[in-house]
Amino acid sequence: MALVGPSGAGKTTVLRAVAGLARPDRGLIALRDEIWFDAARGVDRAPEERAVGYVFQDYALFPHLRVRGNVAFGGATRVDELLERFGITHLARARPRELSGGERQRVGLARALARGPEVLLLDEPLSALDAHTRSTVRLELHSILRELELPALLVTHDFEDAVALADRIGVLLEGRLLQLGSPAELVDAPADPFVASLTGGNLLPGRARAVANGLTAVALDAGGTVLSSEHGSGRVGVVVQPWEVTLGRAATVDESALNHLPGVVASVFPVGNRVRVRVGPLTAEVTAASAERLGLAPGEAVVASFKATAARLVPLRD
Amino acid sequence: MRRAAFTGLLAVALTFTGAFLLLPVLAIFLEVSPGRLLDELQGDVALDAARVTLKTNGIALALIVLFGTPSAYLLATRRFRGRTLVVTLVELPLVLPPAVAGIGLLVAFGREGLLGGTLHAAGISVGFTQLAVILAVMFVASPFYIRTAIAAFEAVDETMLDAARTLGAGPARTFFRVALPLAGGGLGAGAALAFARGLGEFGATIMFAGSLQGVTQTVSLAIYQEFDVNLDAALAISALLVLVSGALLLSVKVVSARAPFVWTSSPRFARSG
Repeated sequence: MALVGPSGAGKTTVLRAVAGLARPDRGLIALRDEIWFDAARGVDRAPEERAVGYVFQDYALFPHLRVRGNVAFGGATRVDELLERFGITHLARARPRELSGGERQRVGLARALARGPEVLLLDEPLSALDAHTRSTVRLELHSILRELELPALLVTHDFEDAVALADRIGVLLEGRLLQLGSPAELVDAPADPFVASLTGGNLLPGRARAVANGLTAVALDAGGTVLSSEHGSGRVGVVVQPWEVTLGRAATVDESALNHLPGVVASVFPVGNRVRVRVGPLTAEVTAASAERLGLAPGEAVVASFKATAARLVPLRD
Repeated sequence: MRRAAFTGLLAVALTFTGAFLLLPVLAIFLEVSPGRLLDELQGDVALDAARVTLKTNGIALALIVLFGTPSAYLLATRRFRGRTLVVTLVELPLVLPPAVAGIGLLVAFGREGLLGGTLHAAGISVGFTQLAVILAVMFVASPFYIRTAIAAFEAVDETMLDAARTLGAGPARTFFRVALPLAGGGLGAGAALAFARGLGEFGATIMFAGSLQGVTQTVSLAIYQEFDVNLDAALAISALLVLVSGALLLSVKVVSARAPFVWTSSPRFARSG
């Protein structure tokens, strides 16, 4: 499971609390039927008595020990096996300062696993790496986590990392859990504008009121009205995913789509074989072929269209 | 033109300061011939003084490190009510005049003093014995060690200690296997500083332990005794002390260049509560 949120949201604090390095005021932390912390009953097990494997953000490798010494710190029985599994046997006699970011992470993981933990805790596992190493390490970490079959809790400020590494994602903002679910649930049904923006969806603020056919009309702050198949009232944000927006010239409008927002192309940005186009307050994602066919370029007048069913509503705080 | 003149003034100030500080030290070596100095070093007074100094300061240093290290670790890693007060207390001997320290030790441990009766009953007489020298040196030199040790422990990344705990090491194992090795350089420097201070201890020692040759007369006390009787002997011992102090200072600088550490205990946890 991943906890996602901006810095200061409290993600690392949760991790430290689970490990026993931070003491919450209230609550319960338990692994199956082993109670590690219970504020009500005054239970607080010391970190060394909790079967956790903690990988710190910058790995916290002991500088005065070599790789082998580091890995063996938690338990000397599986050192060779772990070194081999992570492909770092050739580094056994190296000092931490001689290692690259990716190598350090592997040592950090091996070390955390050496004591045979029952849960893995990872603090921003990819943020200490440069962009190039990140993508490789992300894939490696993904397969390692699958292989290990250990429950793992990782925290990150990057939603994409969370999606790549976790089955379930919890979104944390200012100490509150906004939503907990699979990546798909977060994208399709965001419970909060922050979750919507985190998952990369467009967010159009406006005011909603119910209209005929069970639809809701939202008068957008930016101008225009949008129909949504969801229910909502008062201050709302309309969430539309970029790939659900189609673009066309004013003359060729697709009749099955219900919402049309005319605008001027502000920017065109190719991403792989797709193109992200900013039209007014919306970002649309279309195929490169469509973009070419339409002759999309900054300054061109286009109409952005999307279905009422693609317009999700999240309540907005005033 | 003005910049050159300003730099010139700074250089002049430095020259005078440097010369002033260097002259007495040089004079010790230049007043009599090196041959004479070496002769006197082999005399009874010098040898006895060296023996007493090594023994008493060695024991004092060992005790300072033994008690000071865990104390510094506690002060460096835990926040508690009154921590600032305790740190100030530990640093107090630094600013206390040595004569005051001497009197204090006398009335605490001496025959007529606070603990004197108890000690006397146990058959221990402290005043004017080697034990007195050890106590005096410990009193004035501990703050040097403890302050540096606190800074050295504080400089250890807390995350390292956290990591050790999550790897199954209890507080004691974390101390011995992680905190101590990582603070090692700083601790060594602190010990060197404390040793240097101990070597130079005079005021408290002479009041509390007296200056009995072969028993309580350390090198500093020997210099004082000899300088109006046999100046050459005093010079010889002084020259030796200059060399030893110089070597200690150099070693501290070398260690700190390799592994930098902070010299004073910063009040990072001073927000007690």
